[in-house]
Amino acid sequence: MSDALLEVERLVMQFRPRRGTGGGWVHAVRDVSFTVGKGEILGLVGETGSGKTTVGKCIVRLLNPTAGTVIFDGQDITRVPRSKLRGLRARIQMVFQDPYSSLDPRMTVAQIVAEPLQAHTAASRGETRARAAKAIERVGLSAPVLKRLPHELSGGQRQRVGLARALVLEPELLIADEPVSALDVSVRAGILNLLADLQRSMGFSCLFITHDLSVAEFLCDRVAVMYLGEIVEVGTREELFADPRHPYTQSLLAAAPVPDPVRQRERSGVRLTGEPASNVAPPLGCGLHPRCPLADERCVAEAPDFTTVSASGHLARCHRVQEQLVAAAVPHQDRDDH
Amino acid sequence: MPDILEVENLQVRLFDRTGPVLAVRGVSLSVGRGEVVALVGESGCGKSVTALSLLRLLPRDAEVSGSIRVDGHNVLDLSPAQIRTIRGGDVAMVFQEPMTSLNPAFSVGNQIAEVLRLHQGLRGAEASARALELMRMVGIGDAEKRLRSFPHELSGGMRQRVMIAMALAGEPKLLILDEPTTALDVTTQAQILDIVRDLRARTGMAILLITHDLGVVADIADRVVVMYAGAKVEEADVYDLFQAPRHPYSAGLLGALPGSALAQEQAGRPRLAEIPGMVPMLRAPLDSCAFAARCQSATDECRAQAPLLEQVGPGAGHAVACFHPEPATTVSV
Repeated sequence: MSDALLEVERLVMQFRPRRGTGGGWVHAVRDVSFTVGKGEILGLVGETGSGKTTVGKCIVRLLNPTAGTVIFDGQDITRVPRSKLRGLRARIQMVFQDPYSSLDPRMTVAQIVAEPLQAHTAASRGETRARAAKAIERVGLSAPVLKRLPHELSGGQRQRVGLARALVLEPELLIADEPVSALDVSVRAGILNLLADLQRSMGFSCLFITHDLSVAEFLCDRVAVMYLGEIVEVGTREELFADPRHPYTQSLLAAAPVPDPVRQRERSGVRLTGEPASNVAPPLGCGLHPRCPLADERCVAEAPDFTTVSASGHLARCHRVQEQLVAAAVPHQDRDDH
Repeated sequence: MPDILEVENLQVRLFDRTGPVLAVRGVSLSVGRGEVVALVGESGCGKSVTALSLLRLLPRDAEVSGSIRVDGHNVLDLSPAQIRTIRGGDVAMVFQEPMTSLNPAFSVGNQIAEVLRLHQGLRGAEASARALELMRMVGIGDAEKRLRSFPHELSGGMRQRVMIAMALAGEPKLLILDEPTTALDVTTQAQILDIVRDLRARTGMAILLITHDLGVVADIADRVVVMYAGAKVEEADVYDLFQAPRHPYSAGLLGALPGSALAQEQAGRPRLAEIPGMVPMLRAPLDSCAFAARCQSATDECRAQAPLLEQVGPGAGHAVACFHPEPATTVSV
């Protein structure tokens, strides 16, 4: 894709923790590829341990990936020496889940929001102050907040400060890792509306990492679903939610209850049994096969590749999906023969 | 037969470093036999404090008044010995975080057997056999082996199953579930909710579900009580509440959900309803509606006196504490 701002190719991240795995490697990310277009919000959705946060950390080089490339605006981030990272970091910013631990408790809001400007620009004091004040206003907070300390703010206000800090440099890419998961429903709605508004007015690209499908459906242009360190399905929001193909995506959608008792109680769908396999010893073949109701010998023996479901870039990594598409294509050939 | 749980005018005052907090302000609620009632609200609304007070699990300096009747007995009048026979017996409770609720030094089989010893008088092989049966009931595979597992060897979903098995060991008439799936992934949550639904159908026990998750409520509740700032603001049959919420706060919560019918209904660019401001923490009694400061329908009346809970409809048993309830028009899905 030529208009891609970020291209992640065959990303692999393995850890060897000191304890807990008996000396084994943790395969946190196994071969992940995706792109984020200019001005696009890509949702990276998955459950605990799927590797979605690790992907985000590799992109900002908080982690050095084991293998693969992360190309940002034509430049491979994984090959950039540490000394040259600073320039890139000004263009890629991150917002974290916990607004309580991601703000320095001893700094005022003004200092927190001004810090990226001091680190990355040569702006004068007056200009720094003015830009910080503007950033605070942009996230819907008023000037008096600038003098406050994080503990004096509510969770929603803190997350707005985190957003102001991330956006004060007007980055091209925002990595948002579960930014609304710690917030109550009524507060969360405000942050989601704000993110949507800011993206429209500022035009940045965004990798939005979340476990919550409904949030991804509200905010994202495209959605990639991760399971056990791999992307299993990716597609536009419309297609992925209306026509999920991978059994994992289907079960994830079926498992998330809809806040409407009439619809919720009519629903039925794929129910996964058991729990995700260990990412210390991921299963051979398809990662989902021990839990998948549709799995057969092929899924046990052979890892599936991506199958193109539609021309809009809807891909699913599943043998069954591939077979369905082949089967659907066959009758047409029959008709041609007659 | 009276309802399994009848709470009348429950008031709870807690104390933090800076003074008293009115955590629960005059809540009345009941749970019928075999009924699933959801107690819903955001952080700090008093739903968990209400649940803890039902089994007298609050800090010792908490001031509790009102009446709490479990199967006709007033919990607040019971001696410590009497309350212990109810806890884990007639009334069992499952908490959000199974890791901190289980004892790390004992196998899970041992912990289930302990409940069986205390409440069912079972010993030795009999207790082990029943523990095994309970673990199978909550969908724990390879139960013989798991019986000897320690909590740290189990996943979060497995631990929560063990907690439910322990709760079932006393054959409770009322099961209190306090955010039972909040720490779990959605696929695990769906499995746990299936188990709860199945157990309710098989045993006929009543359930009081404490949750902030309206999706979970829509899935398994019969009736819903919405709390705000320590008080009950709305109560309704689950279908009525989701279709026609009458309290502006309930309506706001539903509109704030990305997947709800109300949020979808707004035409054009998708936009979630926001509730400005935040939940107040009350240190002194209020002579106004606690939601007035955040409410778009608030008038001088709302700021001058507290509304009482009144029956409104559309359905039977639909009550709301609001001077200007939302219209009862049905939202089209």
